[in-house]
Amino acid sequence: MNSTYGVVAVLVVALGTMLIGAYGLRISRTTSDFYVASRTVSPWWNASAIGGEYLSAASFVGIAGLIFAHGPDMLWFPVGYTAGYLVLLTLVAAPLRRSGAYTLPDFAEARFSSPVVRRVASGLAIAIAWLYLLPQFKGAGLTLHTVTGAPDWLGGLIVAVVVTVNVVSGGMRSVTFVQAFQYWLKLTAIAVPVVFLLLAWRAHGGERLNGPEFPVFRQTTTVDFDTSTLIHVEAPANFSGHGLLDGVRVDGDQLWVNAGEHTVAAGSSFVFPAGETVPHLESLPHTTNADWALPMAEGGQFPLYAVYSLILATFLGTMGLPHVIVRFYTNPNGRAARRTTLIVLGLLGIFYLMPPIYGVLGRLYTPELLLTGDTDAVVLVLPSRMVGGVGGQLLGALVAGGAFAAFLSTSSGLMVSLAGVLSQDVLKMRGVRGFRISAALAAIVPLAMTVLVGGIPVADMVGLAFAVAASSLCPLLLLGIWSTRMTTTGAVAGMIAGGVPALAAGIVTISAKTADQWYHVFLSRPAAWTVPLGFVVMYVVSLMTPGRIPENVNRVMVRLHAPENLGLEMNEEPSMSDIRRRTGT
Amino acid sequence: MTGLLAVGAILLVGAAIVFVLWRGSGPRQDFLTEAQRITFETLHTAWSAAPPLRAGLVPEAAKKSARHLRTLLDTPALALTDEVEVVAWEGVGEHHSADTMRLAQEVFSTGRTRAFDIGCTLPDCPVQIAVVAPLTVEGHVVGVLAAYSREASAGLVRATNEVARWASGQLELAELDRSRTRLVEAEVRALRAQISPHFIYNSLSAIASYVRTNPERARTLLLDFADFTRYSFRRHGDFTTLAEELKSIDQYLALERARFGERLTVTLQIAPEVLSVTVPFLCLQPLVENAVRHGMEGKVEPGHIQILAADAGAEAHITIEDDGIGMDPEALRRTLAGQVDETAGIGLGNIDERLRRFYGDDYGLVVETAQGLGTKISVRFPKYQHGLHP
Repeated sequence: MNSTYGVVAVLVVALGTMLIGAYGLRISRTTSDFYVASRTVSPWWNASAIGGEYLSAASFVGIAGLIFAHGPDMLWFPVGYTAGYLVLLTLVAAPLRRSGAYTLPDFAEARFSSPVVRRVASGLAIAIAWLYLLPQFKGAGLTLHTVTGAPDWLGGLIVAVVVTVNVVSGGMRSVTFVQAFQYWLKLTAIAVPVVFLLLAWRAHGGERLNGPEFPVFRQTTTVDFDTSTLIHVEAPANFSGHGLLDGVRVDGDQLWVNAGEHTVAAGSSFVFPAGETVPHLESLPHTTNADWALPMAEGGQFPLYAVYSLILATFLGTMGLPHVIVRFYTNPNGRAARRTTLIVLGLLGIFYLMPPIYGVLGRLYTPELLLTGDTDAVVLVLPSRMVGGVGGQLLGALVAGGAFAAFLSTSSGLMVSLAGVLSQDVLKMRGVRGFRISAALAAIVPLAMTVLVGGIPVADMVGLAFAVAASSLCPLLLLGIWSTRMTTTGAVAGMIAGGVPALAAGIVTISAKTADQWYHVFLSRPAAWTVPLGFVVMYVVSLMTPGRIPENVNRVMVRLHAPENLGLEMNEEPSMSDIRRRTGT
Repeated sequence: MTGLLAVGAILLVGAAIVFVLWRGSGPRQDFLTEAQRITFETLHTAWSAAPPLRAGLVPEAAKKSARHLRTLLDTPALALTDEVEVVAWEGVGEHHSADTMRLAQEVFSTGRTRAFDIGCTLPDCPVQIAVVAPLTVEGHVVGVLAAYSREASAGLVRATNEVARWASGQLELAELDRSRTRLVEAEVRALRAQISPHFIYNSLSAIASYVRTNPERARTLLLDFADFTRYSFRRHGDFTTLAEELKSIDQYLALERARFGERLTVTLQIAPEVLSVTVPFLCLQPLVENAVRHGMEGKVEPGHIQILAADAGAEAHITIEDDGIGMDPEALRRTLAGQVDETAGIGLGNIDERLRRFYGDDYGLVVETAQGLGTKISVRFPKYQHGLHP
């Protein structure tokens, strides 16, 4: 693959981000358009900004990769990522805005008037943000590796440095318009190639997507193995190449390989002829396209549990993500917060139509990724493979640039809110200096963690962050907003009872190899047991400690639930400008 | 099984950390001598009683402090009263509560501690003796502390007297807090009423000059004037949103521009993200007024004012800059230190004081200025501060 265009696209995105950061939006406004300047951010802009920050590596490359490898069960990821906003819209958005909170720890303090609840909430918010930054850095590494062949850690390092420098220098902090632009950039980067991919697919004869055969190589394909890999061959296969197969030196000979499992040493390179069935990475399910297209076809332990767990985590986790909450502060009132959320639902819905198309076409056109295990790369490889020529290269570059934009915008949104929490609640250093130190700390920890992490798909890692949020901060928000019986003790107990097991399960999943154990699914998809645990513990402990209900609970509840324009706290006659507006002069 | 073991290990380590922190935060019990232990316990109890006392003699808070005060005196019952009624009864025998004010009458008139024999006839009622001590603030008895006991002793009278004196000290501090609050509130009221006669005169004459030539502009200006005064004279609420404050500033600037015409130019750069930040009422408008005064005074060439509001993570940063004659740093320091200065008015000092009170000492005004070199004032607001709402 010619990498020049891809490198250029990645460089343009990275440099563009740096420049916007350095020069900022230095558009001065003079008094003549003061009213334009003082008009608050409209729900459309704000919704685009939320979309821009929310659509991360998981959405841009991860979902397509999972669908490509595991089939339609994985559609619950995009469904859940979007439906999370439905829960947010109906139950949380407006009361959260009215609370006046900027971060989740702020909400905890506003609702419970307790520094202890605040501290626990900020600890969890930090853990979630780090867990979420990790896949962004991994995804960046993967993208750069796919585009240029650079080592895996380089992309993550670049994203970390660009974002940290930007946040520290005061640029692109959270400028709504920049993030809103990022949404439309990402949508363009993923949607434009789809049009060409579908045209190319029609031109190739509109091949069936769920045919009865296993994925096969469409043309003679050379596959390089960077790491020592255990592969599974379904039917006796015939290929040639160089390297070590099952410990035997191969040098350009023609090979006949029996069905079963084989080990390929790092540095090997094999050439597969067209029409050959694709061997799979041992840890990926080996299914025919027809089986792949059916839900729950891949077997595995407790598939129904896994699906419900995923649904719970994504539906309830969105509201606990630090960078999502921060955006709601920009809305002028609760009503605008609801409108914003509604628009976000639409914007995300449109975006998430695209990744599944990549995943499905990948089965036909880039099946060799099932062999190397780089399934997340399917979005990046597909355009140049299917379209070909300079056009294909350009489309590939567009996708690579969009993916990098996804890592940058999500990381910077996360970093800003994370640095805010760190400086305020952990380092206790307010002001510019505290913010800078916190931003550096916010980037270093997940960057160090990327070294520990094995080959887990980025969407799965993001799923873990969602699970922690759903089991700890979601009960805090939902019960805190909708029940007057919550006590400080109950809130702390619930957050710890739900969040700590989910966090522990997440850490073990990404650092230890548990894939072949029967309990693996309970660790990699913990939400179905940790979310009820968090809710039940929070409610029951609250009922058991009725003496610890915050004294001002009724006043806080009125503030959270009463629409602003009821005038409960205002008793003013209308202002002259209102009169002016009414009389139409 | 390694995965399950790892999960278990992580949970155990987490539990151990929580346990250690929890144990570490409690009071330590290892004292070298008995005297140390007694000193610690007495002062610790007294310290626990202090914060509620600082709220004054109101029922909710008095109840909390009475609990600790009774621990200090080790009596079966203890009561706190204000000048009219019993605000807290702690311990047994609450049927004597109604009697307390009668006993207290004498203490109110003499200001001296006295013991009374109650002689309760109920069996098992430990309330036989009452020691009533005055709570004095600035030489005036504002309430009494009554300790009830089974038998009288000179020691109890002296101990009650000491505890009442200590509590009086806390009440005096409470009074001090209140008077400081009253002072700042009075200053805010003064600030609201401070729309200077010059400003009214100048605005009205500027408006008058437009009445014939440009009646539409004159009308707009009059409406601006009305809205501006209405906002400034607003009676309720110490807080508003940045958007409201900026709107008032816009009206103020419209009136000033009507007067200065082309000579006054203003640049505004407002990040829309910070418009919903909660800010103290009238904390920016006086700064802009200050900038106009310093930017336009004593010079003929045009004056330029720049107002920036930037989003900075969990804070909003606002700067107001003029290119005028600047201020004398020494005079400014005196103003910010609380000494009222003719030239700077009470504006800057009051704003600085309020910002520090609401947000802490990190959030005072930062003024960069020198004679003849203009003035730049920076303010930072946290986006969220517990308990502050517009």
